[in-house]
Amino acid sequence: MRRVVVTGLGMVTPLGCGVEPTWKRLLRGESGAIRVDSFDVSDLACQIACTIPRSGEGAYNADDWMDPKDQRKVDPFIVYAMAAAKQALDDAGWEPETQEDQFATGVLIGSGIGGIGGIYDASVTLLEKGPRRISPFFIPGRIINLASGYVSIAHGLKGPNHAVVTACSTGAHAIGDASRLIALGDADVMVAGGTESPVNRLSLAGFAACRALSTGFNDNPTKASRPYDRDRDGFVMGEGAGIVVLEEYEHAKARGARIYAEIVGYGLSGDAYHITSPAEDGDGAFRCMQAALKRAGIAPSDIDYINAHGTSTPLGDEIELKAVERLVGNAAGKLAMSSTKSAIGHLLGAAGSVEAIFAVLAIRDNVAPPTLNLDNPSVETAIDLVPHMSKPRPIDTVLSNSFGFGGTNASLVFRRAA
Amino acid sequence: MSDIAERLKKIVVEHLGVEPEKVTDNANFIDDLGADSLDTVELVMAFEEEFNVEIPDDAAETIVTVGDAIRFLEKNAG
Repeated sequence: MRRVVVTGLGMVTPLGCGVEPTWKRLLRGESGAIRVDSFDVSDLACQIACTIPRSGEGAYNADDWMDPKDQRKVDPFIVYAMAAAKQALDDAGWEPETQEDQFATGVLIGSGIGGIGGIYDASVTLLEKGPRRISPFFIPGRIINLASGYVSIAHGLKGPNHAVVTACSTGAHAIGDASRLIALGDADVMVAGGTESPVNRLSLAGFAACRALSTGFNDNPTKASRPYDRDRDGFVMGEGAGIVVLEEYEHAKARGARIYAEIVGYGLSGDAYHITSPAEDGDGAFRCMQAALKRAGIAPSDIDYINAHGTSTPLGDEIELKAVERLVGNAAGKLAMSSTKSAIGHLLGAAGSVEAIFAVLAIRDNVAPPTLNLDNPSVETAIDLVPHMSKPRPIDTVLSNSFGFGGTNASLVFRRAA
Repeated sequence: MSDIAERLKKIVVEHLGVEPEKVTDNANFIDDLGADSLDTVELVMAFEEEFNVEIPDDAAETIVTVGDAIRFLEKNAG
């Protein structure tokens, strides 16, 4: 199989618009959590979320990324994808103009739930005004693969056009699957990642009903996402997108592209256990990481840093931690593992790709980003969970985990390019 | 310009994101104003909403220019 490298990064997150603004604030230990004030939350169990900043440092302005007349037609998850994809392509210096290059460049952007906000609004319109008031843009502006569609149209990318929907593993599966398309020769370049815009009343009500959200920190939002801490009580919803440009190694080298890292491993597994709860034995997570390492041809002790799934739910964090301990065995003492969801919340379908980018940046800068609010670990471990503050350390090989509803697991392994 | 023409042109400018000067009576929604087939469906819906009138599909098909829309609405809007 052909080698695949990362040559471009782009993101919109609750810590800002762009990779560098987000990364800087992440390493400083800042949180993107707020009490939601853009709609009524007074009757919701969870009243907080991590939202994209619209003012101040690293502010996001949708008009910078999509014509206002087109924004009206789509849900925000598509605009976020447009922003992150443009950043990633600019960062990679790749804007195909010849037909040959256009055919060789594809898009694979997923989302966990796509345009749920717009589906809610259109349902109200249908009820109140009837079917003749449903916009022709209702369907194409809400369905998940239209993120890939809009990005391909904007940049003339005529290679494989695909989308992934695997709940909270979406972003990781998108990057992994896209790397396979390049490895197998279906494309030379892929724009890949995840995007999500779930912060609305319907999603907060739905995830709260699953008992997945934090509800005890409504008056103290920045303390709510606290993976591995004994007082954690659920995840904090986030929004945004993370998109990378993946490229065949020789293709990148030939054009002198900057190579951030090589994607050397990708593993997938299913729990076959429960629709929302992770399997208690953590075997799905274990087999997924193991498969990624096997593909990479490396030993567990070679991993320097893991970006954990670590959502801050009472069950999931410890199950993942135990699976990692089982994987690395005696090497636990030299491993760093943090959950950046402590700062940006859980971006659902975008989580895996945003976190994969953090893992790649950990290699670039030799630093492990922190796990915020980890005051009292609920279990003892030899693994360094990087509490509170980022930690400089040599990092050449990283693994990023994502686990989703339905028992769908994905692990990505990146290595400093030789 | 009639009240109907003025309100209609405002809708066209908003929906298609075009300069107001371009929205002349002779302007063709698709050829001159950059609308696609879905834009024209949505425009007709917006006219229906603004002028509280129903525009049947066969009538909508005959509305290809700004002037066509103005004439239809001057005749049918309440």
